[in-house]
Amino acid sequence: MKTPIQFRLNGEDVAAFVEGGANLLDTLREIVGDLSVKGGCWQGTCGTCTVLIDGVPRLSCITLAETCSGSSIETAAGLRRGSELHPLQIAFMERFAAQCGYCTPGMLMAAKALLDKNPNPTRQDVIEAISGNICRCTGYEPIINAVLDAAREHARSRA
Amino acid sequence: MAKHHGRGVATINYPIGMNLGGDPSQALVHSNPTGKFTVSLSSIDLGQGMKSVIRQICAETLGVPVADVYVDTADSDTGPHCTGSFASRGTHRVGNAVMVAAREARAVMMEAAAEELEVDPGDLETDGRGNIRVKGAPHRSITVREVAMAAQFKQGKTIAGRGIFLVPLSDVDPETGEMSPATCYAHACVIVDVEVDDETGDVSVLKMTSAYEIGRAINPKMVEQQLVGGAWMGMSHALYETVEPYYPDPREGPRDFNEYLMPGPGDICPHEIVVLERPAPDGPFGAKGIGEMCANPVLPAVANAIFNAVGVRINDLPITPEKVLRAIKARGGAVPQARMR
Ligand code: FES
Ligand code: FES
Repeated sequence: MKTPIQFRLNGEDVAAFVEGGANLLDTLREIVGDLSVKGGCWQGTCGTCTVLIDGVPRLSCITLAETCSGSSIETAAGLRRGSELHPLQIAFMERFAAQCGYCTPGMLMAAKALLDKNPNPTRQDVIEAISGNICRCTGYEPIINAVLDAAREHARSRA
Repeated sequence: MAKHHGRGVATINYPIGMNLGGDPSQALVHSNPTGKFTVSLSSIDLGQGMKSVIRQICAETLGVPVADVYVDTADSDTGPHCTGSFASRGTHRVGNAVMVAAREARAVMMEAAAEELEVDPGDLETDGRGNIRVKGAPHRSITVREVAMAAQFKQGKTIAGRGIFLVPLSDVDPETGEMSPATCYAHACVIVDVEVDDETGDVSVLKMTSAYEIGRAINPKMVEQQLVGGAWMGMSHALYETVEPYYPDPREGPRDFNEYLMPGPGDICPHEIVVLERPAPDGPFGAKGIGEMCANPVLPAVANAIFNAVGVRINDLPITPEKVLRAIKARGGAVPQARMR
């Protein structure tokens, strides 16, 4: 039997019927239609499926959809405000922090969770924040630099 | 028990493309009626940036803005043939094919413009901003868009071009085995500094320094990106990745990313890169290819650095702490070699 769940996704109310045991990743992609969330391993080891649940980075592939009722979920699709990109998105582009792009949504969300909590991270803070996310292409350096850039930009825009 | 520093060097001559029955790629370029151009390819961009580079090469050859060129790699069934995105061949082979196609399309575009302006096509030039003008009389000009419209609706011309670049099969001399498998080579030298713990066998890469000679960096930022990411992959192959890390039985091999190891963001090191450009005579705008060679030389450099640090040669990959420790034990302890400056 399917269970009805309700949550907020990037500020919008969403309702869905899910199978018992359905994971949040498949629910977001296949039922809700948010394809900005990517699946890499479906077993909690690659990080590309990272979303924020009530502000905390979580692996959506190993999160039961039913446990998300009443939560507020953020995904990469919700980063931009209208036509304005999030500072992280701009920094990722300017720093060439994506090649194949498969890790990018998870990296963006892990980085957003960090910056929301700690707007002035050190390099080590960034490394720790993305240490659960695997990237095959970039060698991480451009991603780390992009997150540090975004933090600086964020600080400047609020100064 | 101590940590030992070591430095290793490796150099590489990397042949661009392959040669098993000849190595061709084809490209088609055409304009639509609004003066925007489409490049049709079967060559695949899997993140290495080929679409961007092809766009630049095509725009430069046509003499139009980069923004006016679209690269379509959608379908290898219907697109012109490509041997494939491997062997670091994309920029060189596909880039050359696109240049041939773009030159043919440009010739038609200039003819159509000449007809509109009532001048000889040889007297025309492009300004790279979407205009075609009479040399020495820039006020006599027409936009590429107007030319494309006129070609389509008035003159009945197709502004299009076909291109192929083929490195023909190189026959092997039956006597000597000699052949010329490639037409151009890229070169690099990589220096790797490591620290080896003789108590645990653990190897940390402290620093990489490299020089790459790649013909021409068509997109310098993407070249840098490829060199940084590729060096990480080389380090990963040297020290981490294997389908059978510690057990001889493949059924005991890694099943997932918990067991198939790769260096994470905390394991990377500073990497200083110098790019040298000595244009290849047969490269598009002199470019060679940097796809694979950015990873390869890191492996021998790491192995050499470990030898330099503790005096043991590990000849199979990856160089795991276990292998290093066993080799150090077999040698009766770490034997640091002369430090390279
Ligand atoms: S898909 Fe969730 S961690 Fe890989
Ligand atoms: S950009 Fe390809 S996995 Fe990160």
